[in-house]
Amino acid sequence: MPHPASNWNAERADGGLKLADGSRVGVLGAGPAGTLFAYFLLEMAGRTGLDLHVDIVEAKDFLQPSPQGCNMCGGIISESLVQNLASEGINLPPTVIQRGIDSYHLHMDVGSVRIETPLHEMRIGAVHRGSGPRDVTLRDWDSFDQHLLQRAIDRGAHLLRGRADGVELDAGRPVIVLRGGGRETYDLLAVATGVNAPVLKAFEAAGIGYRSPGVTRTFIREYHVGRDVIGRVLGNSMHVFLLNIPRLEFAAIIPKGDYVTVCMLGEDIDSALVKAFLEAPEVRRCFPPDWQADGKSCQCMPHIAVRGADRPYADRFVFVGDCGVTRLYKDGIGAAYRTAKAAARTAVFAGVSAEDFGRHYGPVCRTIESDNVMGRLAFVFTRVVQRLRVARRAILRMTVDEQRRPGRLRRMSSILWDMFSGSAPYRDIFLRMLHPACAARFAWAFLQSLRPGAAPRQEA
Amino acid sequence: MNTGTLGRVYEDGETLVRQGEVGDVMYVIQEGEVEVVHERDGRETPLAVVGEGGLVGEMAIFLREPRSATVRAKGRVRALTVDKKNFLRRVNEDPSIAFRIVETLSRRVRELSAEVARLRQAQGG
Repeated sequence: MPHPASNWNAERADGGLKLADGSRVGVLGAGPAGTLFAYFLLEMAGRTGLDLHVDIVEAKDFLQPSPQGCNMCGGIISESLVQNLASEGINLPPTVIQRGIDSYHLHMDVGSVRIETPLHEMRIGAVHRGSGPRDVTLRDWDSFDQHLLQRAIDRGAHLLRGRADGVELDAGRPVIVLRGGGRETYDLLAVATGVNAPVLKAFEAAGIGYRSPGVTRTFIREYHVGRDVIGRVLGNSMHVFLLNIPRLEFAAIIPKGDYVTVCMLGEDIDSALVKAFLEAPEVRRCFPPDWQADGKSCQCMPHIAVRGADRPYADRFVFVGDCGVTRLYKDGIGAAYRTAKAAARTAVFAGVSAEDFGRHYGPVCRTIESDNVMGRLAFVFTRVVQRLRVARRAILRMTVDEQRRPGRLRRMSSILWDMFSGSAPYRDIFLRMLHPACAARFAWAFLQSLRPGAAPRQEA
Repeated sequence: MNTGTLGRVYEDGETLVRQGEVGDVMYVIQEGEVEVVHERDGRETPLAVVGEGGLVGEMAIFLREPRSATVRAKGRVRALTVDKKNFLRRVNEDPSIAFRIVETLSRRVRELSAEVARLRQAQGG
């Protein structure tokens, strides 16, 4: 049954599909991809004088602490995303940013080094996606997802509380089937559910050519440590670990307000691997000596996408954020912003047919996907470093030297910074790795590290 | 204890941008106000006051010329820098990110046009 407010004459004279005044747009999922899509769609429609009705369909209440109000993520807003949002007029206030991050500590068995932001500025934000873990008592910070949702609502989007169980087509138009029997028909449906939503199966079966992304599991746990202790022990630094622990690819400890978030990436993460990581001396040193992990801490093992979806668009459908394509391992929220805005731009300025999305939205997806290929190559390098002690010593030596000498071109530091922060495209990082000057310095550091008794230099 | 501020804090009178220097960042004011002044022959002419959410130093993103004015904190200010390289990379993928800069520049052209008209009228009168 068409909605009375909808303009059903949205087809173009050339047979294409275009939004018109009164068109109804559904956004499934109120994570950053969904809310930024709604925000930019309404902003650009406003600029062009197009009057749209936008519903954001979401079951979670981000005002609730615990997993019921959380979209399960490490909660890092990358340097490039902080800048891009600021350029768009979306500033992130101290009520949302729990901690401004100004540096990274790289921990290896051969030593640690601190890498600072180029301008000594808080350029990375640590947030909670929801209103905090299940054991939160003092709620001094707002949910990041709620903050963006409110921005979209302020722009004119409508929040529709409900869980989508299925999708159907009605004369080519998407129909969301809500739990409890409700049905909503739209001229365009932007799907922004992430990769952990069961409803993605319904889209695979809808006959629109969509196949959900390839995924792997990650491990996230929130420990209450207290803001004073965090400030004293971890500081405003993200702590990343390249440890030679079997099955562990990468791990990080992210300081927030009163909590620290432990994120692990690897193969078949289980409690034994988590225990091995938490008991590693390099990790223990990041916590107070008398600190014990609380077994009741809030934790989750969500899927993350490692390969983009097949055909993340169709006539009147577009998949944004993780359920479309995202960056490999890093800056997922940054990729959500890029895909959401590209899809919104296409819908307003080009049209909502598969052809329109293929021509204007597809290139952004392909850019992210092809950059991930370079990312895989860069991560092969980190895997080699993880397994070769002499390589770890060489990396440490080179980085410590760079951090000690201001003014010198910090090639290795910038590579590590961008790898860990997700601030630059993997292609840039990979090309910098291959730069002759960088390779020559690394080779020299490698040779020096081979000398018997050559003690690796510690902490810059 | 406020742990969640982004950018850098500048104290009253501290300089963000110095006229004549070559810059490769623009600033987005997060809290407080900055004053923009033009310096000539040791004298300062105030040009504008920019508040929260405003952009300063944006010309450095597009022009490879020295900064045309000095920007100073008026009271305590928190500002975030946006790198030229990051911004232009983003413009290449999504030109619409420059809408806000175009808006800011358009507003300044409008204000300057009004100022020129006012000065000419004053001269003529």
